Amino acid sequence: MDATLSGTQAAQGLATARKPTGRVSDPIFVGLLWGCGIFVLVLLGLIIAMLFEGGLPALREFGISFLWSTTWNPVTERFGAGVMVFGTVFSAVIAVIVALPLSFGIAFFLTEIAPGPLRRPIGVAVQLLAAVPSIIFGMWGFFVVVPLIATYVQPPLIEWLGPIPLIGALFQGPPLGAGMLTAGLILALMILPFVTAMFVEVLESVPPMLKESAYGVGATTYEVYRNVSVPYGRTAMVGAVMLGLGRALGETMAVTFVIGNATRMSASLFAPGATIASTIANEFPEASIGSLKLQALLQLGFILFVISFIVLALSRMLVRTKG
Amino acid sequence: MNFAPETSIDIASAVNRATAPAGEPKLKVEKLNFYYGDNHALKNINFEIPEKRVTAMIGPSGCGKSTLLRIFNRMYQLYPGQRAEGKILFDGEDLLGKQLDSTVVRSRIGMVFQKPTPFPMSIYDNIAFGVKLHESLGKAAMDERVEWCLRKAAIWEETKDRLHTSALGMSGGQQQRLCIARTIAVRPEVILLDEPTSALDPISTSKIEDLIDELKQEFTIVIVTHNMQQAARCADITSFFYLGELIEAGPSNEIFTNPREARTRDYITGRFG
Repeated sequence: MDATLSGTQAAQGLATARKPTGRVSDPIFVGLLWGCGIFVLVLLGLIIAMLFEGGLPALREFGISFLWSTTWNPVTERFGAGVMVFGTVFSAVIAVIVALPLSFGIAFFLTEIAPGPLRRPIGVAVQLLAAVPSIIFGMWGFFVVVPLIATYVQPPLIEWLGPIPLIGALFQGPPLGAGMLTAGLILALMILPFVTAMFVEVLESVPPMLKESAYGVGATTYEVYRNVSVPYGRTAMVGAVMLGLGRALGETMAVTFVIGNATRMSASLFAPGATIASTIANEFPEASIGSLKLQALLQLGFILFVISFIVLALSRMLVRTKG
Repeated sequence: MNFAPETSIDIASAVNRATAPAGEPKLKVEKLNFYYGDNHALKNINFEIPEKRVTAMIGPSGCGKSTLLRIFNRMYQLYPGQRAEGKILFDGEDLLGKQLDSTVVRSRIGMVFQKPTPFPMSIYDNIAFGVKLHESLGKAAMDERVEWCLRKAAIWEETKDRLHTSALGMSGGQQQRLCIARTIAVRPEVILLDEPTSALDPISTSKIEDLIDELKQEFTIVIVTHNMQQAARCADITSFFYLGELIEAGPSNEIFTNPREARTRDYITGRFG
């Protein structure tokens, strides 16, 4: 009897305590979240609009050939994006070509070979490399890497490979140190930790039993890696490389230090060049408001945005269609 | 072998009594101890595995039966911190010694895992992969080898029209038979099966069991299983492991009808484990 009574009281108490507390606060909260989501869209839209609109006069002035014209002459006010687009893609591709085997090596070493006590320090070192600010890479590249390359790498390469037809074209010109190759190398170091980290993730996701079955038919470490681990994660790895490429495309400060900043087209790895980002960084301070040059720079920015967007979209697609 | 009388069992004579005469044991385990770091996982195992017979290893989880299987093809060597002491004679040569190369050992002692593990490539390449590691066969010889082992694994009819499609598109039971075919393809002498049907439905399971029966004509088979009926159905010899020790081994019909050890009886009647 007592028990039932107190039970009923408790039930009543509960019923009265259950006020619909969320009636006011919840819609506010939900509204805030909507705001956050929309904010990103609006921000992105505004940036695109600003770049495109700001650069539109340049596009009108030079037509669609702005995209590939190799003239960049601030004095006569003739502008074209060709050299920078080429430089951007060329340096980023060099970076990927250099970083790819290194990342593969480090990632595989970390996941398969490294003894336990060594695994962590190397893993942390790779992560720290990602934390080095780009300006530091730029200074280090300028003061250390550029002289080294000018003294020890370029002279022999120019001498030995320069005379060879076809590929010789890649090794022409004076040994200046600063140029496409150096920019590519510095970029490679900068995307290395990022690509490595993603490779490690992919390799760690390979089921141990799958690797053991490959070892089980008598495969060696290399054969397991080559024929099982890598094919298993191939798509995700290509996606990782594309993400690395995307980073290399937009990198500014370090490249500006070591690429030589010449707005001339050259197929040589040693020739100074320019990327979209380095050109903007170099010339923006000298471009007065409303000038054709500023508009051309904004248009360059828009082109870079589009290139990055395409690469990023491709990589997303590949990472998602894993397997 | 009076070193540890409680775990040394004269299987050869038991087999002689139970089945057709067996020659020298294919694998002879002598005073084997195994450690995962500080964990003493196998304790003084003495055990013989006869040629062209099916030997089953049963026992509750963690009893060391899978561990023993992984020592036979030196899989444990992939992991630092795992070490084996003692001897395992494989046709008279010490498996744990340095004179045998791991990749060669693994091609002579093949393994099939708990879950199907097809490689991310075509059915044909899944089989060719292992063969190419050890032999250089021409196209025709390779085709022949692929067909041979797919037939042996009773999966040829299902796969002959789709050899060049991805192995990942097959059903679980088919994948497991493909894995068996892949193991046979390198023509091992011993096939290790680590709970090969634990991830399969009853129909696929019975196909694999039939297959095991076929395969023992040519191969020495060691199977780890949690399914005691499976051991009773497939195995000529059954061994019971408990807490890292070999409790008892002998002809399956004796183990399952009249075990010598009380612990074996308790386990097979379901009193523990």
